[in-house]
Amino acid sequence: MLAALGFSSVDELFQHLPQSARIENPLAIPAGRSEYEIIEYFRARARESGEGYACFLGAGAYRHFRPVVVDSIVTRGEFLTSYTPYQPEISQGILTTIFEFQTMVAQLTGMDIANASMYDGSSATPEAAMMAVRITRREKILAARTVHPEYREVMDAYLERQGLPVETVAFDEKTGRVDMEALEKQLDDKTAAVLIQSPNFFGVIEQSKQIAELAHKHGALLIVMFTEAVAMGLVEPPSDADIVAGELQSFAHPPSYGGPYCGVLATRKEYIRQIPGRLAGQSVDQDGERAFCLTLSTREQHIRRAKATSNICTNQALVALMATVFMSIYGKEGLRELAAQNVAKSRYLERSLADKGVERVFSAPYFNELVVRASSSKLESGNAKALDDKIVGGLDLGRFNPDWQGWMLVCATEMNTREEIERYAAAFS
Amino acid sequence: MYPKELLYTKEHEWVKVDGDTAKIGITSHAQDQLGDIVFVELPKVGDKAHATQSFGTVESVKAVSDIYAPVSGDIVAINEDLIDAPEKINEDPHVGGWLISVKISDKTELDTLMTADDYAAYVSAESES
Amino acid sequence: MIKKVRSHIVQNEPLLFERSSPGKKAYQLPELDVPEVNLASELGEENVRAEIPGFPEVSEVEVIRHFTRLSTWNYAIDLGLYPLGSCTMKYNPRVNEHVARLEGLAWAHPYQPEELSQGVLRVMWDLESFLCEICGMDAVTLQPAAGAHGELTGILAVRSYLESQGDARKVILAPDSAHGTNPATAQMCGYEVREIPSNERGLIDLEVLDKAVDDSVAALMVTNPNTVGIFEEDISKAADLLHARGAQLYMDGANMNALVGWARPGDFGVDVMHLNLHKTFSTPHGGGGPGAGPVAVKAHLEPFLPKPRVVDTGGNGYKLDYDRPQSIGRVRAFYGNFGVLVRALSYILAHGGEGLRNATADAVLNANYIRQGLADRYHLPYQGRSMHEVVFSDQKQTKQGIKTGDIAKRLIDYGFHPYTVSFPLIVHGALMIEPTETEGKGELDLFIDAMRSIADEVESAPEMVKNAPHSTRTRRVNETLAARNPIVRWEPAVEAEAEKPAAD
Repeated sequence: MLAALGFSSVDELFQHLPQSARIENPLAIPAGRSEYEIIEYFRARARESGEGYACFLGAGAYRHFRPVVVDSIVTRGEFLTSYTPYQPEISQGILTTIFEFQTMVAQLTGMDIANASMYDGSSATPEAAMMAVRITRREKILAARTVHPEYREVMDAYLERQGLPVETVAFDEKTGRVDMEALEKQLDDKTAAVLIQSPNFFGVIEQSKQIAELAHKHGALLIVMFTEAVAMGLVEPPSDADIVAGELQSFAHPPSYGGPYCGVLATRKEYIRQIPGRLAGQSVDQDGERAFCLTLSTREQHIRRAKATSNICTNQALVALMATVFMSIYGKEGLRELAAQNVAKSRYLERSLADKGVERVFSAPYFNELVVRASSSKLESGNAKALDDKIVGGLDLGRFNPDWQGWMLVCATEMNTREEIERYAAAFS
Repeated sequence: MYPKELLYTKEHEWVKVDGDTAKIGITSHAQDQLGDIVFVELPKVGDKAHATQSFGTVESVKAVSDIYAPVSGDIVAINEDLIDAPEKINEDPHVGGWLISVKISDKTELDTLMTADDYAAYVSAESES
Repeated sequence: MIKKVRSHIVQNEPLLFERSSPGKKAYQLPELDVPEVNLASELGEENVRAEIPGFPEVSEVEVIRHFTRLSTWNYAIDLGLYPLGSCTMKYNPRVNEHVARLEGLAWAHPYQPEELSQGVLRVMWDLESFLCEICGMDAVTLQPAAGAHGELTGILAVRSYLESQGDARKVILAPDSAHGTNPATAQMCGYEVREIPSNERGLIDLEVLDKAVDDSVAALMVTNPNTVGIFEEDISKAADLLHARGAQLYMDGANMNALVGWARPGDFGVDVMHLNLHKTFSTPHGGGGPGAGPVAVKAHLEPFLPKPRVVDTGGNGYKLDYDRPQSIGRVRAFYGNFGVLVRALSYILAHGGEGLRNATADAVLNANYIRQGLADRYHLPYQGRSMHEVVFSDQKQTKQGIKTGDIAKRLIDYGFHPYTVSFPLIVHGALMIEPTETEGKGELDLFIDAMRSIADEVESAPEMVKNAPHSTRTRRVNETLAARNPIVRWEPAVEAEAEKPAAD
């Protein structure tokens, strides 16, 4: 081929690059390794990363069983190695699954419509806020302090430079829910949206209906965000919200040290042109057969450029497909039963810890994670003891806020056995 | 092909003056360039239009185009039919596909607009370059 | 003549909801080993939902058949050349999938103690180090989830840096050939975007740039090689010009597959850039994501990168450093798309320095081979030396009324995925072709044959080309209908009819 092009060496392909740009020495990267060596390298890293430990962490990343069927489907090359479906004639497979995903997310969240997915829940949240700003033409966002602290940091990074103010709203120290009085005081005619998380960062279920009423009274929208999608198998969806943003990691993606996950954005029908990201829509082909294609793409950056609803380009199609397969497998009954098991396990955890003097902080109902309290030293030594027993304990909330010293967020899912729960609690004896 | 009773802009809008009010739309050439129109974003009655500034957008599947007001004034009517049937702009751009109606605040702004013949010449020059 | 494919039977398949019937299930849960609880009293009666209306009820075999049948309606790299320009559709090695699923890596929790996370932190550290070396930069953040997310991160870092120097400035410049994400990103970071025209060779014009850069300009965003596949030969001079006036040079790394091992952005004056691991570093596109968009910077921008940063303490292993007072904050929760990072590192380990350089050479060679094979049949608007992709226009074919989109659809009948259509915008009717290093001569020859044959058909049977594709199970989709009357979710047929009168 080189000869066919009239070149004598590959170097000639790069000869026209300015001397100053070209590198003469090879990159300082070790020689290529065989497949066996690569696997050995990563197995060693896996062994250094808590392989085989039990875990009581949640806080935005949850351990749920992954049905085997999920990987058999998503590792099919036709899904794994295809591009964004811009050519609908040869992309009906992925387009159909996106349409099913959008449908299931809408059903799950109680919204009219959903998009094809976002990077993750934490970046979907500021996108929801920006959407509310466009819809209401107001600028202020009221974010509950019970929203995941890292999600709130992402909000700040996205909104601050656009000059959009974000105020936080206190929570009721007794219930662990949004302080309604404080919220009412902060709401005004400049508020674009109220942002809450439910179940919130403390695992507590918020009063989204009442908060929606308050927000709407002031002409603001309500954005409800969630990190634990399994809750929606059992917990009333936030149908009174205007926008729902969330994270579907729980649906068949392992915690994977924080990503890739699967953000969702769902909303009311009338806001369809304000939603960022890709959308698959139903149509027909030349023969009149049902067919799907990406639609309303004039909202997006590749057409509207600087005036786009967002700069977002990729979605998380493959992770969204995992979630779609997961939802298909569990279905109507299964998701409910799965959620019920999570409730039961976390109640058993609550009682087991309470028996050792590690008591729950808040009174309002929670789903599968809860904040417990003890002296910092007791929590620290208990968790250290548990770690020696190959158990990763709860999360010290003092790292996020000095007022939360001595608070620990623990989570139990269907993957935590009774025996594990008892062993973990025993570490606090 | 461009009705004589209308005036035209370089951004391919037309104006039909009737006393103090002006009906505004996009030209047959503009809709042809855009292709099948799928959505129209219009202002509210009572908003103000400002000459040479955008008052709305028309969208086809693969393009969005701002529409600029040829004259300034209060918007007194919008073509509600377009909300459900944006294809009217394709089918009947110079009559049924009108977008908004404005109460003209400064008639001298009309002086800068083109006649049908001038506009036809402008379009053919533009497509040649 | 169509050599690569012939038609075969493909299964029909309804939507999953249409397969659903009450009582079917595909799941199994273990017997509950703790006491059952009263859900209404635990969650609050008002908080318990009745059911999820419309959610599917199917068996396991139905799930498998459903998704397997749908999969057969997709084209994929695993089936052949996927010449989407700017997208770098290269082979996705399966060892990457294997290692990303190792239990210790896949199930590592982002909040597990650092002493228990040395392996995952080492993966991130090693990848950051290799990417620094590849780009000739001083520091890398792995936090951004995708290319456009990386752009956001990079431009926010530029903004914070300029603020620390006393003035954030107001304007970002981008050439008219730029990806749409560039102006969209600048806008999201609070900047006004000014487009600068390319010169007659498709390149940045130093004179134009000279006039455009004043003290309101924060940065220039460029893609190099640019979107017509040509290396910006004046890039170092452009960098000098910007730096002399206090502005930064941002590089969109979408086209790094043309440079790895041969040229380093850090050496030609770039201050900040993003990479697309799902392009250059072989992580699967998966039908549109997940990707990863690490950002590489020179030392002066390092303090502004998102937090936390991975640090090597030497004797005490790796740590996450949150004490970053000048950081732009976070662009997402946790540390990045870790699973994607694992795959990219696996790719780099497999290739090594020499292998990466060879891959780049093959990618550039392949693009030039296609260019030579088609240059007499398709118009080449810019004559500069091609790097990893080549951009033609449909100028010769429009005489028969055939546009780039039609040629693309006809290519499907020949068994190929189309190239990138109508981008970059500076080429009217663009055909943007990027073969990557994955393809051997056999597949490239089939592609060249197909494109030449279509050029013949444009002359002999233009109507047939206009109505292509002819051999797919789905023919051209009515995108106008989809946009005029958006249906973006399934609704049960009965309900939809019952609702209709109310809607009217």
